[in-house]
Amino acid sequence: MKQTVVVVGNGMVGQRFCALLRETRGCERFRIVVLGEEPRPAYDRVHLTEYFSGKSAADLEIAPRSWYRDQGIELRVGTPAIAVDRGRRVVAAGGGLEVRYDHLVLATGSAPFVPPLPGIDRRGVFVYRTIEDLDAIRDAAASRQSAAVIGGGLLGLEAAKALYDLGLSAHVVEAAPWLMPRQLDRDGAELLAAKIRALGVQVHTNKRTNEIIGTESGGMRFCFDGGESLDVDLIVVSAGIKPRQELAAGCGLELGPRGGIAVDATMRTSDPTIFAIGECASHDGTVYGLVAPGFEMADVAAAQIAGFDKSFRAGDLSTKLKLLGVEVASIGESTAPQTMEHTHVAVRDEVAGVYKKLIVRRETRTLIGAVLVGDTSDYANLLGLFRRAEPLPERPLSLIVDGTAVRGGEGAELTGDSLLCTCNNVTVDDVVTAVAGGAVTMPAIQACTKATTGCGGCGPQIKQVLERELQRAGVEVRKQICEHFALRRQELFDLVRVRGFHTYSEVLTQCGRGGGCEVCKPVVASILASIHAEPASEQPVIQDTNDRFLANIQRGGTYSVIPRIPGGEITAEKLIAIGEVARRYNLYVKITGGQRIDMLGARLDQLPDIWEDLVTAGFESGHAYAKAMRTVKSCVGSTWCRYGVLDSVGFAIRVEERYKGLRAPHKLKSAVSGCIRECAEARSKDFGIIATSEGWNLYVCGNGGSKPRHAVLLAAGIDDETCLRYIDRFLMFYIRTADPLTRTARWLEELDGGIDYLRAVIIDDVLGIGAQLDAEMQAAVDGYRCEWAEVVNDPEKRSRFRAFVNASESDPSIAFADERGQIRPSSGGGAISLPPVNGGPHEDAPVRFEEARHV
Amino acid sequence: MSEPLWIAVCHRDDVIPDGGACVFYEGIQIAVFRIAARDEWYAVQNRCPHWNEQVLWRGMTGERDGEPKVACPMHKRTFSLRTGAAFAGDTPDLLTFPVRVVADGRVFVGVPSAEVVARERTAATHAPCGRAE
Repeated sequence: MKQTVVVVGNGMVGQRFCALLRETRGCERFRIVVLGEEPRPAYDRVHLTEYFSGKSAADLEIAPRSWYRDQGIELRVGTPAIAVDRGRRVVAAGGGLEVRYDHLVLATGSAPFVPPLPGIDRRGVFVYRTIEDLDAIRDAAASRQSAAVIGGGLLGLEAAKALYDLGLSAHVVEAAPWLMPRQLDRDGAELLAAKIRALGVQVHTNKRTNEIIGTESGGMRFCFDGGESLDVDLIVVSAGIKPRQELAAGCGLELGPRGGIAVDATMRTSDPTIFAIGECASHDGTVYGLVAPGFEMADVAAAQIAGFDKSFRAGDLSTKLKLLGVEVASIGESTAPQTMEHTHVAVRDEVAGVYKKLIVRRETRTLIGAVLVGDTSDYANLLGLFRRAEPLPERPLSLIVDGTAVRGGEGAELTGDSLLCTCNNVTVDDVVTAVAGGAVTMPAIQACTKATTGCGGCGPQIKQVLERELQRAGVEVRKQICEHFALRRQELFDLVRVRGFHTYSEVLTQCGRGGGCEVCKPVVASILASIHAEPASEQPVIQDTNDRFLANIQRGGTYSVIPRIPGGEITAEKLIAIGEVARRYNLYVKITGGQRIDMLGARLDQLPDIWEDLVTAGFESGHAYAKAMRTVKSCVGSTWCRYGVLDSVGFAIRVEERYKGLRAPHKLKSAVSGCIRECAEARSKDFGIIATSEGWNLYVCGNGGSKPRHAVLLAAGIDDETCLRYIDRFLMFYIRTADPLTRTARWLEELDGGIDYLRAVIIDDVLGIGAQLDAEMQAAVDGYRCEWAEVVNDPEKRSRFRAFVNASESDPSIAFADERGQIRPSSGGGAISLPPVNGGPHEDAPVRFEEARHV
Repeated sequence: MSEPLWIAVCHRDDVIPDGGACVFYEGIQIAVFRIAARDEWYAVQNRCPHWNEQVLWRGMTGERDGEPKVACPMHKRTFSLRTGAAFAGDTPDLLTFPVRVVADGRVFVGVPSAEVVARERTAATHAPCGRAE
């Protein structure tokens, strides 16, 4: 019984709403139907001018149609909504479609405002809003020389850019005395105009148009107040927007005092089941024509519909953009004049083409507005000062002049709430949190914060914060494991080793404080396991869930079972034994990339029985659940392969038997290839061994995954024993010194001196710890026990796998469906849906008008 | 609020120190946790509201600024064991249940009302979900 959310409008804000409801707010609890008037899915209107500088309509699409399909969103483009019947909660749309809604979201956007001038309806006058508008302009421009934009504001200059890119002689006509009168002061605007003129775009300010008339040559003439005129071939109107409110007005929703659909801070209109977001909404009497407040409105509406409390904070209209290649930004009351209350601090550098002005409240020395033209690098810093209402330095000028004390050197640090991405309201803190949460690449930060996905202008700054955070993580943040241990993992490792601690509570009491957490417990568990070869089953509650139950938890709460198959070599008998176990417990079977067999869909309470059968058949734990030595893959090698140089299978088995189960800061993978053809892909492993006619080549610190890296050569032409000794030292040195969850490749990247230093430690023993590392590894090897055999044979440990402490049944929430002849978790797309207070949710397919009448 | 209905669920030794156990009652699942160092007991719904999976009892316990918490084993969403509040912003909070351990070691969980049980049962009947990735 899903509730239906109907979204009218598939522009940037409407699309963002869908994404927020589906992706950010989680589950599949709503059916989403989107009605879009335009013939295509939402595209990036902010970058519309790029349509003329090489981008296709598809390039501008925010998400392809497949995204809507994958998200289960019913997208109907070219289907304008016509009317809303609030009584029946039905939206009627083009093509006779009717859709019933539980929540209706109006994201109808705006239409260009066309000033009522005589002659404005002539052929050759266009508006600038949609891709279709741009197609029409492009077609018309083909045979024309010159064009003018009516409107010297933000949108007008965007349109002028488009005309300029089309190769037309472009003019901008603005009635106000200067360009962008809402954002800029005269000085700033004049610098902007000078820069635009330098490009060859003519700027006509203070020009009131009385009439547009035709000329003999087939062009058009602006007749200005005062007798002047301007002849052009083409006119584009881009003088502002008017909210698309006709649907709302038609069904009697309240409108704002200056147009737009009136909404409260939750984005609800006067009908609480109907929301309005973006340029069609009027919050507190204001219609926001920028994308950032629109995105925030989308977020609020998605949160509200999903049942969370979130409200819209009336934003200021601070903005930073690039117009015709000129950087322009305005903050707060950027046009406030000098008064008793406010004073101005400005720099005007005609040589560099930079203008910066601060509007400062005298009494409090706080920033109430700013204008930046030609260089907007101070934007984030100033916006932060503005939003925090922080007193400015004694000499506010230092904020906008390069190289002075305040911004210089370390002082240039952005503060936590400095806004970086103004389109999506992403602050420095948001990025820091994202990095701490594991988003350590630009794409990851984009995915998790949406930063840079609006205008993209904040990219360099986001990168800067990311790099700063990563640097910090390397030297400071990771120094401290968590709030309970003010130590780096390496330091804790040494303490545990030297003082001989054996339990987590000992370590916590002696070296930490407080009650521990899910970060430090597995770190200590890993250290104890590495030093004492202690199986995870000894202290189960400090293990990550996979280690605690010795299996990988999967979607729905079941587990996967992977027995060890050293080197990937297996007998027919053992293969049959695995098959029998899989059949007996009805498990899903898949071959892994590491030459293992994975059996999935095991309930927690089945694990000991499954493993009892596997142990009886001669299998051991494969440690696929652990941050430990996982697999050593091999090719068939010289025994069978006609190219093989050495016995890769035999050596792989020896390597795997030696290091199996070895706990490490992260998982470890290896491979052995029998010749230079490298069929085992050894160089994509933490350590890889490749046979040559001279002996083994040992490569270290590679990995596959999202950031692939080839392993680098540590030693060449070595024999079996030397190879193992080097691996012993390599692994033990890594285990001792790496930070938690750091694979060998990243560990090497951060290791001072890199591979040369590593070689010196391992081969030349420059640190003099070779013998110690050898001994530690031997102890770990000798201490190996199969964790699963220990559980199977210990009734107390087995009892930990009960589903319920007070009942003998299995967990009834686990269910499976059939797929390709095997089980799969039954997802059903079901999310939490509590019974509503009144009435029930609807589950309706769209019905045609005619059918609906008969029902 | 009226006195809850106290249900005997297990013996204290059935719950591993600093770990959890799962109780099945009237079709709902309740995760019971034992914080050993503080000798405190907590009970919350076993269903992680993030993806609707019955897994919380298998989560790791811990502390954040002195507040006892549990981390869901699926995606590490953390919740206060005391209040049920989610530490991550967008996750709904957990239902909490009072716990009493009596002299002979029996552990009781208090169920506030049949309505609470019915609501949680309804929520739990929906299949676990995962977002398309």
